[in-house]
Amino acid sequence: MIKPIYGLMAEFDNPTSLVNAARAAREKGYRRLDAYSPFPIEELTDALHLHHNKLPLIVLCGGILGGLTGFLLQYYITVIDFPINIGGRPLDSWPAYIIITFELTILFGAISAVLGLLGLCGLPMPYHPTFNVPRFALASRNRFFLCIEARDPLFDHDQTSAFLETLEPREVSEVAN
Amino acid sequence: MPDEPQVVEPPEPKQLIAPGYTFGSVTDQIATVVLTGRTPVFWLACFSVGLALLFLFLYAVALLLAKGVGIWGIRVPVMWGFAITNFVWWIGIGHAGTLISAILLLLNQRWRNSINRFAEAMTLFAVACAGMFPLLHLGRPWLFYWLFPYPNTMNVQPQFRSPLVWDVFAVSTYATVSFLFWFVGLLPDLATLRDRTLNRFARFAYGILAMGWRGSARHWSIYETASLLLAGLATPLVLSVHTVVSFDFTIAIVPGWHSTFFPPYFVAGAIYSGFAMVLALAIPLRAVYGLQGLITDKHLDNSAKVMLATGLIVAYAYILETFTAWYSGNVYEGAAIWNRMTGPYAPAYWMLISCNIILPQALWFKSIRSRPVLLFIWSMIVLTGMWLERYVIIVSSLAQDFLTSSWSIFVPTRWDWATYFGTIGLFLFLFFAFIRLLPMISIFEVRTLLPQAKVEEEVQG
Repeated sequence: MIKPIYGLMAEFDNPTSLVNAARAAREKGYRRLDAYSPFPIEELTDALHLHHNKLPLIVLCGGILGGLTGFLLQYYITVIDFPINIGGRPLDSWPAYIIITFELTILFGAISAVLGLLGLCGLPMPYHPTFNVPRFALASRNRFFLCIEARDPLFDHDQTSAFLETLEPREVSEVAN
Repeated sequence: MPDEPQVVEPPEPKQLIAPGYTFGSVTDQIATVVLTGRTPVFWLACFSVGLALLFLFLYAVALLLAKGVGIWGIRVPVMWGFAITNFVWWIGIGHAGTLISAILLLLNQRWRNSINRFAEAMTLFAVACAGMFPLLHLGRPWLFYWLFPYPNTMNVQPQFRSPLVWDVFAVSTYATVSFLFWFVGLLPDLATLRDRTLNRFARFAYGILAMGWRGSARHWSIYETASLLLAGLATPLVLSVHTVVSFDFTIAIVPGWHSTFFPPYFVAGAIYSGFAMVLALAIPLRAVYGLQGLITDKHLDNSAKVMLATGLIVAYAYILETFTAWYSGNVYEGAAIWNRMTGPYAPAYWMLISCNIILPQALWFKSIRSRPVLLFIWSMIVLTGMWLERYVIIVSSLAQDFLTSSWSIFVPTRWDWATYFGTIGLFLFLFFAFIRLLPMISIFEVRTLLPQAKVEEEVQG
């Protein structure tokens, strides 16, 4: 059976209520939930147990790849592809390569940070069910939302709705799929 | 966009943000600047000046492409002239933006939150202006891609032992990373604009740019990691860029250039002129758009203090430069500094000493730092001083080097000035287009400064 809705969403006035609501939902056993806020809230990361992400690893790999690219590019060109003998100086003059190696390390690292951010967040994503809630436009202004998704094994329309009501939200709304 | 009445009390001197703001009013005040149908006369005036100067720039560049770099005053031995002076000046200005956005983020300086966005935009546009000069100075700018290593039928490759090639990599990396950092910072605010605008086209455009950002906690957690990592990458980058720019000079053996203290001296000078530009932009903007509650006197005071501190480093560098010239016992180094002080470029030298060292000492006084109009004037003085510094370093050293017989004086032509003022026009044009189209203050970061953004922890029983 295809669940007709994406989930249920509760709207809160302030970050404290949202964090408390997220904690309560986790305690209740809900796992497929997400919170939406107009700015990053550190406590929310704790409440939803979101600590680990792979971004640092991606950036590290990107940086190492950039450094290797920079160094090998210069080594290949100055030693193998286009060697020029200037006053008998060594072709593999590695100290002179350091700057471009460093710059490409940073460049690749930064590009992988941005691509990694977009990739891990699944962006660009022009459509998302949460956008179907008219009041959700305020999530980028001054309101805080908690959404329990219908995919959650504990999800039951009436019970979940009743549970969200106990958290004293401004409003609970259905999120159409 | 409804223009809500702003019930905001004037900020206390020590506060980062005026009391009385809410998440909604902060959002509206910053977003209204972009979403309103009304454009202030100040904006129109500045944009028009920028546009006029931009046309001057285009004219000067067209003439340069048609006739060659000979329309500038660059003659042997001063082949760098205005072009490299302006390049170093502009790229230095950009450094303050990265300092504010990256280094102050790592140092957890929360006052950066309301000035970082436009400072980063300033960086981006300053780098764009800077990039114009080496490009046009190539002589045949349309062959700029020869600077990059690529397989080609000529079977030649760049010389990786040359600081000029390092510069290409440093500046292009800097431009790319600054853009990425700026754009990542914009994402949540683009989403805000998408959700706030009533104009269908604007909603579509901001929607595409926001890439579907929806403020999910999962996304924020990754976003915060990304910001920190980008800041960590941008910090050594910004220090390296002006270091590499200074290598253009120090690796050469020209007297007055060949010294080891150039890298730190250039970086300090870059931040010095950059903060002057931040003040020069922030002071009129906050007055015109009524943003005194967000860009408070505390921000101006802090920026002035950074300016004073970096100015003192620059002063130390001048003293050290003179001392080293004497202490080294090198006759050419001594002569180069002596020529600077007493030769044909003495007026420029002494003016730079006044603008960069003597007059900025007034910033020690709180009475100067707390008056925006005076700070604006002082930032102009510092910008002039820093331009003169680059001019004196480049032109006076090249004009009078080892052989007296090859000495010659540099005289800028009207096209030198036209190109220089033209890039100021390019900068104003881009900057004011940015002010009109994108939020000039990071909305989501200012929201985190509000007292109500703090999560009140319940006492665990």
